Order: sequence, then structure tokens, then C-alpha cells
Amino acid sequence: MDNFTVGVVVFPGSNCDRDVSWALEGCLDIRTKYLWHESSDLSDVDAIVLPGGFSYGDYLRCGAIARFSPLINALDEFVKSGKRVLGICNGFQILTESGFLPGALVTNKNLNFICDDVELDIVSSKGDWFNNVDEKQTIKLPIAHGEGRYHCDSDTLKKLVDNELIALRYKNNPNGSSFDIAGITNEKGNVLGLMPHPERACDETIGGTDGLFTLKSLILK
Amino acid sequence: MDQFAVKVFVRLRPSVLDPAGEATKCASIKLGAEGIKSLRIGKMIEVKIEGNGENEVRGKIDLLCDRLFANTVIEDYEYSLEKL
Repeated sequence: MDNFTVGVVVFPGSNCDRDVSWALEGCLDIRTKYLWHESSDLSDVDAIVLPGGFSYGDYLRCGAIARFSPLINALDEFVKSGKRVLGICNGFQILTESGFLPGALVTNKNLNFICDDVELDIVSSKGDWFNNVDEKQTIKLPIAHGEGRYHCDSDTLKKLVDNELIALRYKNNPNGSSFDIAGITNEKGNVLGLMPHPERACDETIGGTDGLFTLKSLILK
Repeated sequence: MDQFAVKVFVRLRPSVLDPAGEATKCASIKLGAEGIKSLRIGKMIEVKIEGNGENEVRGKIDLLCDRLFANTVIEDYEYSLEKL
């Protein structure tokens, strides 16, 4: 595991890239490498994080233009090979826009940009992204978004439920998301998208460590 | 080559809540406008494009609408096309 490297993608407008890198390197001693969005060479990274922030000004829709970057084009093979991809906030929006995850993220029901800590129920163990083997089925993570309302049609929702693809649900739904959904995985479990920010909950001095497990799980095969 | 002016309208699907539209509806009522039953906000995109005839241009616009201008999970689109 010594050489395991997590690629942290940088789009024009990403602003959580350094937070992710700090959490992985400083808190977990996992090596990271920044990947500029125009790069399509993913050969020397073992997992990828699409961080939060904005991408291409989020023009048109959040993540709509990022979808056409060379890096996202190259992501298809990476995902098919079974390597792990974590999309946080804007990263989650990009994963839905590009079709790696179903549904879409739209404007919060109350129109507010919500910056808060939220309680989340861990729903599925698919992909082992969360520590739900013990009794602690609830975690607290920060959210910070204006367009985080998860939306999908009823057929997609049934598929998510039946296939155990819902990873996290809000205890007190802050944004109007369908079925209180805060995070989902793909069928294989190697892609996770979530609106909350695990990288902002990796040190007690800044309010909690509930995000550590998810970032640490990037090194799982 | 023919040149066309295209107006693309992108709208949230009826099943998708439009909170910005709801807020604008409330403001419209405060302004004194009566009788507003529904108000929803969409986008209009103007494109000038050239191609060999209307069919070819429609093909290009369909691709743009389906893959970029609209996210068909949450949005519908329609467009009008005028030969210049």
C-alpha cells in the first residue's frame, strides 16, 4: 500500500481539492496527486476523488460542462476496471451528469445555500465506504451546497432501493432530496457520490472525524 | 451551406419542483398581479448554425439538446428553427 496514490481532480473552480489532499495526506498518510481536468492519463493513480467546489462556473447546470473534460472521458475505463471513484458535492453532480450514477442534483427546495452539519443514516454497506459493521449507523458530516436536492424518477428510485445503492440518507432532510438521499453508489459499489463533505470531518479540532472512514476506504481493492 | 437561427427552450419536467419559479410566483402576487396559476422558469438558448439543409441541422441540434443543453433526467426541451 506504500505506493497507493489517490488522484484528486482539479477543475477550473474546484475549491475542496486541497482539503481532500490535506485529509488524505495529513490525517491518513495516503499519497495524493493532483490531476488537472485536461489530463487523460490515469495510469499512475489507484483511486480518484472528484472534489467539491465548482467546475467551469457550473454554467448550464452543475457538472454539465465538466462532463466533457478529457479526464471524465478517461474515467469510464477506470471505473470499469473496478478502481474506486469518490465524488463529493460538485463531484457527485459531475458523476450524475456524466451518467456514472443515476438521477440529478437540483436547486435546494428552500433556495438557500445550506452550510451546516447534518446527521446521516448509513443505509447500505455496498462498496464498504462506511463503517456500518458496528452499532454506529449514524454519522455527522458537514454539507455546503445550493444545488443538492437529489432527484430521480420512481423507477430509478425503486432500482436504487432494490439494489441497495442508497449509501446515505439525511435524518432531517435539509434540501428536499427524494427519499432523503444524500449519497448513492453504482451497482458494483466502486463509485460513490455524496453531497456531504467527509474531508471536512477528519480531525477533532474542526468538529469531528466521521469522514475518515470514507476517505480511508479509497485504498480498498 | 444554409444558415439557421435556432431557439432552444429547456424546461424542468412537470414532475420536478421549481423553487425559483415558486419564489417568483410569490413576488408576482406581491406586485399585485392577479390570476397567476403557475409560474415555472426555464432557459432559452439561441444558436446560429450552418449545415446542408434543415435535416442535417436538426440532427446537430437534437444531439446538442440531448447531450448538453438539457439533462433529460430533469428537463424537457423543444426548439424552433428559422432559415436565414
